[in-house]
Amino acid sequence: MQAKNLIYDGTFDGFLTTIFYVFEHKLKTVTIQNEFTVQQGLFSDNESILTDEVKANRVWKGIKSKLSSHGSYQLYYAFLSEDIGVEDLLLDYIQYAFSQQKKVDKDFSHPSILKIAQIAKSVGREKHRMEAFVRFRLTKDDIYFSNIEPDFNVLPLIEKHFKRRYADQKWVIYDIKRGYGLFYDLETVELINMDFPENFNFTKTDDAFFATQEFEFQKLWQDYFKATNIASRKNMKLHIRHVPKRYWKYLSEKQPN
Amino acid sequence: MSFQRTQEKLKILADAAKYDVSCSSSGSKRANTNKGLGDATGMGICHSYTEDGRCVSLLKILLTNHCIFDCAYCVTRKSNDVKRAAFKVQEVVDLTINFYRRNYIEGLFLSSGIFKSADYTMERLVAVAKKLRLEENFNGYIHLKSIPGASDELMREAGLYADRLSVNIEIPTEAGLKKLAPDKKREDFIKPMLKVKNEIIQYNTEKKIIKSTPKFAPAGQSTQMIIGASGENDFQIMQTSNHFYKSYNLKRVYYSGYVPISYDDRLPQIGSAVPMLRENRLYQTDWLMRFYGFDVSEILNEQHQNLDLDVDPKLSWALRNLHEFPVDVNTADQRMLARIPGLGMKSVFKIINARRFRKLNWEHLKKIGVALNRAQYFMVCDSNQFEKRDLTSEKIKGLILQNSTSKYQKMLSNQLSLFG
Repeated sequence: MQAKNLIYDGTFDGFLTTIFYVFEHKLKTVTIQNEFTVQQGLFSDNESILTDEVKANRVWKGIKSKLSSHGSYQLYYAFLSEDIGVEDLLLDYIQYAFSQQKKVDKDFSHPSILKIAQIAKSVGREKHRMEAFVRFRLTKDDIYFSNIEPDFNVLPLIEKHFKRRYADQKWVIYDIKRGYGLFYDLETVELINMDFPENFNFTKTDDAFFATQEFEFQKLWQDYFKATNIASRKNMKLHIRHVPKRYWKYLSEKQPN
Repeated sequence: MSFQRTQEKLKILADAAKYDVSCSSSGSKRANTNKGLGDATGMGICHSYTEDGRCVSLLKILLTNHCIFDCAYCVTRKSNDVKRAAFKVQEVVDLTINFYRRNYIEGLFLSSGIFKSADYTMERLVAVAKKLRLEENFNGYIHLKSIPGASDELMREAGLYADRLSVNIEIPTEAGLKKLAPDKKREDFIKPMLKVKNEIIQYNTEKKIIKSTPKFAPAGQSTQMIIGASGENDFQIMQTSNHFYKSYNLKRVYYSGYVPISYDDRLPQIGSAVPMLRENRLYQTDWLMRFYGFDVSEILNEQHQNLDLDVDPKLSWALRNLHEFPVDVNTADQRMLARIPGLGMKSVFKIINARRFRKLNWEHLKKIGVALNRAQYFMVCDSNQFEKRDLTSEKIKGLILQNSTSKYQKMLSNQLSLFG
């Protein structure tokens, strides 16, 4: 039998609609691919899936009834990893979950369950890192602005944290890798796309865009970061394990003076 | 706020505060309910790490490094010739708020040298916390130092604004304290600690009846001991630690390897190494006590007064108690699983869940993340391959050390065996 290749729009609802399609047509050999990362198989039979919110909700409800709440959010976390092939792994997970009476999300000796748990853990770690490594800079128009480049698509996961915490200031967190951001206007958080000026440098704090006091507080923070270090305990290996180098470029304390 | 003056003060007073190792910002339950700034309900967050690998979670500073005491181990002691500085209350408030708004920190950890008197100092610390809470609507994390000898009234007020309070006993034994800090008395440390403990107990009781009872130090109390400054052995240190956990309901005891800062001949000299490995072994023991169900006397006792440096304390305990092993991972209870060297609590949790579906073998355990190089000698699973030789403790230890000295050793020996 020829392998069916299902292509969806990259959204979680789109993915769930695809799952619906697989179950509806009782497909056996099938792969699921995001339309942005499609790899053409030579003999594969491609089919584009149109996202359908109603079908997606039905699937999601079904999944939630077959897993613990921890299990269903792990599934969502793993989806946000955007790993190549994660959709097929998730499909296997979901098919296994629907085939069993018991809730299977803690069956850690099952390969797909363990793998999804591990991917979800990496995404969770990235979420936590972004909650830590976002550095707001105050702009001239009184918005606290931050740009990030997370390994995984974690903006949807960190929204609540920042909304709760910075309830009395306007802020933007912008994922420049994925080209979208969150904007909080003191009331609600909205998804935004921004056009940046040609000469905009994300690692520099330019006085054309940022408030004057911004420079002082960055300096104070850098001084604090140096003063609180104990030189005789220096351990760069540990330091880099906690703050991997790929995050340094947007951390104000790691900027050369 | 004059930038240059603040900058100078910050350098001095952050430098002086860095020997306090606590950076915890978790365990509070202060939600942002007033649409103010900050929220301290979640887990702690380390916003950065210094080059020594320690977490930066809080703005950790002294209010001043002027001090009337002359404790030998302390960098701000009266007789030490260092630059002195003092923050104004408003300066600390401004720094905290502006750092917090930029997502640099989870909150403030404010300590101080003791100027004039204990109460005078404590009053200033409380004033900062009060201002942050009442005027700035700040719901972030605040850790205040309890000043030894401070009055009960001030400690009570401190607990109303702070999430955590701590007083460092610093020297594990009274004899050591007498030698190194002759002006200080153990009772002075205990007094505020006892007051806070009782207030927390009272809060927990009242809270059950009246829900709106104002929070009192929701993240509890902690303390710190300096390791390797006054000659105590690990047995004495962990006994003291255990005593403080049990009698004062402490959330944490921190162990701080002594960083030489003085030529005083009562202390290790400048240039001698910080006992970091020993510090690490003490923390491991602390974890075994708090999370792994060990009693401190199982790990350290009259016969065994110091922790091994070459192996971790759980492995060391297992080697002294081989009669408890091997453990069958498919049937053992949580208590025994947690005692197998190489198994952390996360693996224990995974094993307990996974074995409900099928019997676990070596392959499963390896994938789950068990450190088999240590664990294999202490357990059996669904496999007929297990350690059948009757190995002695020394032999097992030797084998484990041999296989863990270098990550690359194994690769090397595999390559060689090709030609064997």
